[in-house]
Amino acid sequence: MRTFLSFAAGTAVALTAWATPVLAQKQGGTLRISHRDNPPSASIHEESTISVNQPFMAVFNNLVFFDPKKKVNSPDDIVPELAESWAWTDNNKKLTFKLRGGVKWHDGKPFTAADVKCTFDAVRGAGDDKNEIIRKSPRKLWYANVKEIVTNGDLEVSFVLERPQPSFLSMLAAGYSPVYACHVPGRDMRSKPIGTGPFKVVEFKRNESIKLARNPDYWNKGKPYLDAIDWKIVPNRSTRLLGFTAGEFDMTFDSDVTFPLLKDIKSQKPDAVCEARATNVSSNVLINRDKPPFDNPQVRKAMVMALDNKAFSDILAQGNDLDGAAMLPPPAGFWGMPKEMVATLPGHAPDVEKSRAEARKIMEGLGYTADKPLKIKVSTRNIAIYRDPAVILIDQLKKIHIDGELDPIDTTVWYTKIQRKDYQIGMNLTGVGVDDPDVNFYENYYSTSDRNYTAYKNVEVDKLIDAQSAELDREKRKKLVWEVERQLAEDVARPILGHNVANTCWSPALKNLVLQSNSIYNGWRFEDLWLER
Amino acid sequence: MGSYLVRRLLLMALTLFGMSVLIFVMLRLVPGDISDILVDAAGIADPKEKAKIAKELGLDRPIVEQYGQWVGGLTRGDLGFAYVSERPAIEEIAPRIPISAKLALMALFFSVIIGVPFGVISAVRQNSLMDYGLRILSLSGLSLPSFWLGLLVLMAAVHWFGTIPIYTNEPRGFLAEVGLLAIPAAVVGFRSSALIMRLTRSSMLEVMRQDYIRTARSKGASNASVNYDHALRNALLPVVTIIGIEAAFLVGGLIVTETVFNIPGVARFLVEAIRWRDYPIVQNLVMLIAFVVVMVNFLVDMAYMVLDPRIKFGD
Repeated sequence: MRTFLSFAAGTAVALTAWATPVLAQKQGGTLRISHRDNPPSASIHEESTISVNQPFMAVFNNLVFFDPKKKVNSPDDIVPELAESWAWTDNNKKLTFKLRGGVKWHDGKPFTAADVKCTFDAVRGAGDDKNEIIRKSPRKLWYANVKEIVTNGDLEVSFVLERPQPSFLSMLAAGYSPVYACHVPGRDMRSKPIGTGPFKVVEFKRNESIKLARNPDYWNKGKPYLDAIDWKIVPNRSTRLLGFTAGEFDMTFDSDVTFPLLKDIKSQKPDAVCEARATNVSSNVLINRDKPPFDNPQVRKAMVMALDNKAFSDILAQGNDLDGAAMLPPPAGFWGMPKEMVATLPGHAPDVEKSRAEARKIMEGLGYTADKPLKIKVSTRNIAIYRDPAVILIDQLKKIHIDGELDPIDTTVWYTKIQRKDYQIGMNLTGVGVDDPDVNFYENYYSTSDRNYTAYKNVEVDKLIDAQSAELDREKRKKLVWEVERQLAEDVARPILGHNVANTCWSPALKNLVLQSNSIYNGWRFEDLWLER
Repeated sequence: MGSYLVRRLLLMALTLFGMSVLIFVMLRLVPGDISDILVDAAGIADPKEKAKIAKELGLDRPIVEQYGQWVGGLTRGDLGFAYVSERPAIEEIAPRIPISAKLALMALFFSVIIGVPFGVISAVRQNSLMDYGLRILSLSGLSLPSFWLGLLVLMAAVHWFGTIPIYTNEPRGFLAEVGLLAIPAAVVGFRSSALIMRLTRSSMLEVMRQDYIRTARSKGASNASVNYDHALRNALLPVVTIIGIEAAFLVGGLIVTETVFNIPGVARFLVEAIRWRDYPIVQNLVMLIAFVVVMVNFLVDMAYMVLDPRIKFGD
């Protein structure tokens, strides 16, 4: 009898523990969020901005996804979405997905393996010109290793790779890798996309609002909990944040709250839940190594020795930005080199004054003095988050006889200009879609990449990048990644001034929100969120 | 009068034609076009993708052909396709015009009903405490940027009333709409009202020193009759001119106020369209503004005849 009672009590406790979170989750309600600007389109595959990912990720699903309950995107925490399972075969050169059956697009048509093939063929530039689902593909490079995509019936698809690439699954798990409905033309995907995701697009009114409604036929039964998500486009940040404190919005736009503004929010809305987290967006310096005098490695070395990363962080983020190399440092990041190693890299020395004295000697050796400084232009996008660090950079360069003049560039032609190498020194921000070495290194540092804006070229580094990309042993790969980071820092490929940290705030009524610490571009499915009001 | 009107209408048509050429050419002189920007916004600069988009949007065709296509379309009521939204431009522009028009009219109404009476009071009670007070008010109206004033109003509303008077949902009903637009209209109209107040005051002071005002007083006319029937009517001529000019300048004020109060009107939309080099939207909206300005000027000129019967437009 006692055994039975113990069992019954244990079962009751277990059931209560299991049932509590389910009972606590309330169905219904409209989540109201402010949006910082007008998204260029609703087509995630065609854009490279959180302005598109944050509102529209909830419309789609991926094959696989970084576990939305985990704070750090890690290759160990990838969960299935439209795929039920996956397996590597053929010496890790073939990745086969078994797809979920019975999934429907928002327009009622069935989802099949052909949609997966068509989406990723279009993204890698091997799509059907007559059935154009996208008109530009900023992440073509992610799929450069794909030889072909093969379907086997409606519920199986394989990606055949040229060589093993363990990162490939992480790239498919990113917010930037949704599966598109291939029967929907590109124009519609840009304005009112169709997905398989937890929410349907009701309306995308440019400059005004984005309205999403619960998908009642969502394959993940019981989800989402919210009835709707209502985004209001409010371009003025002061108005957005005042709207949040007045209770007009349940949540701020992601990373919208700077550290000085955080104090205002907390004083005006003391019950607001605010979280600071790394965004995996780094501030970095572009040095045009083709243009004299920056073709001289000595000048580049002196420049990097003049940098005081702590000052950037203190001024711009009240000391909260993270010092790191090319990859986001741990614990926020998964792959970056440890803090002690970062401190040994050029430009990260703790004794900045000593470093600057050496830099001055180099500059003086090249004929530059306080009276006869090196005059340069520091180009940057004409928006505050770019201009502010550029001004600090100019001030720091003065300490080593470099007299910089700010050259603000219209934001709409910024990348065109730097890709043309029409600059001397550039102040840039680089967001990384996935905290993954392949994504970061191949996009920004590989000698043949379009986005290698400084035209940095080192054959040895290219080999190292390829080697880490193919390495299956995690620990060995990390060491190779750190070696690449060291080499990039020593070559002054693109000096990193800091990895940004920013705040996002929400009302206490919003439950279950998990902000991911190593990419702002992931984790916005919204299907696990609910409102307590 | 008839031939004057014909000449005037022809001049208006010529002005609008000149404007269309100017808008078209100036837009294309600004660095970057939509294909640059669409590709740039994605963080890439692939020349092939750019060329493909440019071809798709007809930007690779000769500039004269593009101009002809736009003006030809205008005459048929076809405003073309918006580049960014890929929808007919008219569908993007039309719903936003009434919002801005109502805001502009309310702002103008506010500036006139505040500016003219306060200007008269200030003149009639010259050098009194009230005059000084009103002059300070008008000076502050001229010197406070509407962007700053708007934010101040929003902060005060949040602080004191725990609410924020911004446009988050379409208001239902006339009263709700007036209530929502009244504060931003007051913010936009404050500057214009200050200008109108100062001009009315100085114009009134000048008129009130005229012989016929003294004559009216000596005939025993009441103060109200002298001030409003005799003085104000004659002092209004320069005021009407400035109201016409202010109506045109309101667009500038609307851009700022629509941004701060988050009103989805044409002014904010225009700025966004310029940022994206969305030529069909920018060209048509600037043409619309030019048309409104030309019409307002015409109406102001016509109003001169009503206000001062001595003015005749003839051959």
